[in-house]
Amino acid sequence: MNPATTYGFRVNRAGPLALLQDAGRFGVRHLGVTQSGPADLHAWAWANQLAGNRWGSPVLEVTFGGLELQAECDLTIAVTGADLSAKHDTQPLPMWLRIRIGKGERIVFGAPARGLRAYLAVAGGFSAEPVLGSVACVVREKLGGFDGQGQRLAEGDRLTVSMPDCAYTEAVEAPESEQPDYSRPAVLDLLPGAQIADFTGRSLYDAFNCEWRVDDRADRMGVRLTGPALHCRIGSMVSEGISLGAVQVPPDGQPIALLNDRQTIGGYPRLGNLTPLAASRLAQCLPGQSVRLRPTGAEQALRQHRAFIDQVQA
Amino acid sequence: MTHTALPRLESAGIDSWMVRLFETIEENNLLWLSALTHDCEVAFGEALVDLVPSYTTLLVTFDPLRISSWEARKRLADVLHNLVPDDAGGEGELHEIATWYDTSVGPDLERVARLSDMSVESVIKTHSFQEYRVFALGFSPGFAFMGLLDESLTCPRMNTPRQKVPAGSVAIAGQQTAAYPAVTPGGWNLIGRTAARLFDRNREGFSLLKVGDRVRFVSVDRQTFESEGGDPAPAEPAKEETGS
Repeated sequence: MNPATTYGFRVNRAGPLALLQDAGRFGVRHLGVTQSGPADLHAWAWANQLAGNRWGSPVLEVTFGGLELQAECDLTIAVTGADLSAKHDTQPLPMWLRIRIGKGERIVFGAPARGLRAYLAVAGGFSAEPVLGSVACVVREKLGGFDGQGQRLAEGDRLTVSMPDCAYTEAVEAPESEQPDYSRPAVLDLLPGAQIADFTGRSLYDAFNCEWRVDDRADRMGVRLTGPALHCRIGSMVSEGISLGAVQVPPDGQPIALLNDRQTIGGYPRLGNLTPLAASRLAQCLPGQSVRLRPTGAEQALRQHRAFIDQVQA
Repeated sequence: MTHTALPRLESAGIDSWMVRLFETIEENNLLWLSALTHDCEVAFGEALVDLVPSYTTLLVTFDPLRISSWEARKRLADVLHNLVPDDAGGEGELHEIATWYDTSVGPDLERVARLSDMSVESVIKTHSFQEYRVFALGFSPGFAFMGLLDESLTCPRMNTPRQKVPAGSVAIAGQQTAAYPAVTPGGWNLIGRTAARLFDRNREGFSLLKVGDRVRFVSVDRQTFESEGGDPAPAEPAKEETGS
């Protein structure tokens, strides 16, 4: 083990899906390697901010819950994102807050109460050897994670952390306005894309005025939405690169919003792209939850994104 | 709807532009896409995040904290204005991929032969005769879409994809061919297997094949395949109608 790292946690119980995620894997998408990184960029970035880490530090993404960790030394942590009924030993775990946990104490994630994915950052950051420039864990590609082979956390794993630069300071909490209630219906901002005018008028009306239901076919690759069938005059296209948040519409007319682990190229017409914050919000929706799509402009979307980044890098 | 003339810049989110150069798949597209990729690297420098070339397009992703969408668009317009085809670099590297064509590792060989109305030997000859170009990478790391296949071999994707296609499987679908770098699900018709390491995290550049490269499949026997480290374990037969 690197001398600047130490064992921070032992995994007592792994739960269905806990993954190590830094900002993502960049500069290799032309090789067919997916972007990866946190499905909810917003909560992930806040976890690092609260833990006092720099942008991009590796964080645990805990989906559905079920994970139980035991601290192997005194640690400063912050947990953000979904309310997965987490406990600090027997007490409810305070979220969106920098807290201190002692050696031997446990963090226990239960079942989803609000939202789907929680983010646990430790001061100093989790530590793993980057693969293709990133530790972001992609099970399908067998890349990243603590072992470099794309493995999700497993019982008995010991998780290495980097020593924090500075000692614990006072508790810091994220502003209330930055702590979303994921159980409320989501409104997702979408930047219209090049094929939008190829959809029928009726379909465009439906796309932006109907409620969409999050299907149970939803994962880190993409989230399928069910509702009225959308019709596009283009059936399929020559495959081309797909950017984050692209909302593609296959011939069955049911849109799929493509998230971090999407395939790098694809050939269905697209309504456009969810903004990064809208993609984050969608990643917290449980199957059956309802969402709406709202068209937005590039200028407003960029302003909003930059305001968010300014806050988490403050 | 009527679109404006090509090339065209299309919005693809707050951090990306789609540069659409062509409507149809042609080998000559690669000369232009190669030049465009190179010029974008120069024009965007540190602000560049990813470039994804494909058959007719280049997706350009940049850091929206460093440059705005408008600035990115302006740089792309300048690049397009000065773009000249890359006649030299666009030729691409030539790879010979040693392939063991056999019905055990290529369980769809016989069906392909039947659908193409030729013998298995002719399928192998036709597939290995030609030089292919890599048009795009995607689906999984290092998976190269190559074409165009001789029209006599055209065989549709399978209706029921296999859950596990063995690594190294050489396959065809439509007018394209590919080799599976790793075990993944897949719906292409398997006709053989290569021992070549198509994606290797320890290799400089990681992927054996890149967009624009040229590929020739060379027929080898089982012994050669195995001596190169190939795994001869038979592939799962297709669930397709046999047509018999």
